[in-house]
Amino acid sequence: MSILVNKDTKVIVQGFTGKEGTFHAEQCLAYGTKIVGGVTPNKGGQEHLGQPVFNTVKDAVNKTGATVSMIFVPPAFVSDAVMEAADAGIELAVIITEGAPVRDMQEAKAYAVKKDMLTIGPNCPGIITAQECKIGIMPGAVFKKGNVGLISKSGTLTYEGANQVCNEGFGITTAVGIGGDPIIGLSYKQLLPLFEADPETEAIVMIGEIGGDLEIQAATYIKEHITKPVVAFIAGQTAPKGKRMGHAGAIISGSAGTAAEKMAALEAAGVSVVKSPADIGKKVAEVLAKK
Amino acid sequence: MNVHEYQAKEIFAKYGVPVPRGFIAKTVEEAVLNAKKLGGKVWVVKAQIHAGGRGLGGGVKVATSLEKVEEFAKEILGMTLVTHQTGPEGKLVQKVYIEEGADIAEELYLGVVLDRAKEMPVIMASTEGGMAIEDVAAKTPEKIIKVAVDPSIGFKGFHGRELAFGLGLPKEQIGKFVKFASALYEVYMENDAEMIEINPLVKTGAGDFIALDGKMGFDDSALGRHPEIEAMRDLSEEDPDEREAGEYGLSYIALDGEIGCMVNGAGLAMGTMDTINYMGGTPANFLDVGGQANAQTVAKGFEIILKNPNVKAIFVNIFGGIVRCDRIANGILEATKLVDVHVPVVVRLDGTNAPEAAEILKNAGIANVIAATDLGDGAKKAVAAAKGEL
Repeated sequence: MSILVNKDTKVIVQGFTGKEGTFHAEQCLAYGTKIVGGVTPNKGGQEHLGQPVFNTVKDAVNKTGATVSMIFVPPAFVSDAVMEAADAGIELAVIITEGAPVRDMQEAKAYAVKKDMLTIGPNCPGIITAQECKIGIMPGAVFKKGNVGLISKSGTLTYEGANQVCNEGFGITTAVGIGGDPIIGLSYKQLLPLFEADPETEAIVMIGEIGGDLEIQAATYIKEHITKPVVAFIAGQTAPKGKRMGHAGAIISGSAGTAAEKMAALEAAGVSVVKSPADIGKKVAEVLAKK
Repeated sequence: MNVHEYQAKEIFAKYGVPVPRGFIAKTVEEAVLNAKKLGGKVWVVKAQIHAGGRGLGGGVKVATSLEKVEEFAKEILGMTLVTHQTGPEGKLVQKVYIEEGADIAEELYLGVVLDRAKEMPVIMASTEGGMAIEDVAAKTPEKIIKVAVDPSIGFKGFHGRELAFGLGLPKEQIGKFVKFASALYEVYMENDAEMIEINPLVKTGAGDFIALDGKMGFDDSALGRHPEIEAMRDLSEEDPDEREAGEYGLSYIALDGEIGCMVNGAGLAMGTMDTINYMGGTPANFLDVGGQANAQTVAKGFEIILKNPNVKAIFVNIFGGIVRCDRIANGILEATKLVDVHVPVVVRLDGTNAPEAAEILKNAGIANVIAATDLGDGAKKAVAAAKGEL
């Protein structure tokens, strides 16, 4: 078992024939992901990486039955691509592209929600169900099958965390890189219940960062609803205070979003919080041994 | 990206947000000339730097004669202004804004920012203008009125009334305030602003509203569609090393510790700093080499890190995904040829092409390079190396 995606998930790629889209789609295919086609306007009817290319997401969905889209289009076109996917009935859009304007994402996310389409990202490594389905840019070899779910804002810390878990002799069910932009799709709070319900997941690793209050919301949720052990790390304990001009952002969330604040909230919710990411693997081994 | 007060006010004026008249000056002569151009009897001389708290630091002065304008301009131009937002090193003032005096009856606060939880812009207003808004939020949060605006419907009259009545304004001023807030929302949306702050927003003796101050920050990702805002960038307000790093696709922030860090990914970079700290060392910088790292960018990274005289060791921590470790290894070799790497370099390379990278470094046999097996091991060795124990 796993969450959201597995070996049978049919995936299309938006921005299929571009440089990034091509490179990573190839890697995903090699990993075993069922990429059944792609979308590049004006290139419909061609074949790319042995898969059909369509002009529109609607065509791609109708012809292939895909339910998930991996988005690699350039930043200025991301919101259009996301809304096209939502309109075509895609169930989950994984947005890899970095640098999409916040206002665009705000509009796209609102439309996705209206159309009941889940989103992951933008500016994230994607999602991987170990040894079944990789939708994103993570180094696939790091993720061995196992019993630990992972949610992370940071790309490279996702790899670091997964690698340590695997080196301790455990493995990953599904790992989700949610991204750290101001507007993101699925967050800890929506993913935690999926891992809680997944019978194969026995422990959850949660990697956060300074800024915003998603980790605080997660802590509240964990306290009330999560029975599986959670190991957390918050990056940025030693980060300097931002050189922002205003402080309006921090005031809205009602908290400054510091690492210390987040760590305290998670600890109070019964989460095993590590001070260094180098201890994630060891801590996972420890909490699993207690079970 | 941030802009100066005078630039924010230029943008405000374009959208009909009332601002006092004023002119920017780079010299004392220009400052006096500007005051003459403005006429009147009261002028405000305001230091233009990218930081708040200028008044308390002595960067804002009210002049009641042209002689005083000259005196204050002389005093402020060229001064290093230290405020709670500049850090102890302060910022050099290169421009002053000469503005007409305002008839201040009341000071309010108005700001627009993205509410991440609601995923829409929120307008904040308060009767406690002139104070740091974070203090108001901490002590009297009930004095901040927040109204979220769903961009799919835009700013409506009811949003404005909620703010105006919330501030307790008398009925003849409600309409004026609604118009002001509506114009400010347009400024925020149409320019892809990240935040706008007017503190204070002044109510004049005549009952008009005017933006006495103005701060704006913009979404860097959207600057491509706002060339006129990009043109407002003041490079002298940015750290030269950070800027140079940026030109090579590196993200660099100087800190005050002893261990230089070169990492891929912002999260792992912060995690590496945290680990160094946890092991008893101090990070000298944050450096994210990004996803496109190659020999040239790595060499540049070394050069920037080593400019800092406090650096006693360097920790290269790479978990290769898109970044291939062999490229980083070649970058390290390249760097040792281009730059005098006079401190120990602890290298941890994991992930894509890590074995090839290890081979490259081993064959090169560089004296200063110490191999590490994982993040914890690398941090420990870097801390020891910085203390001269390796």
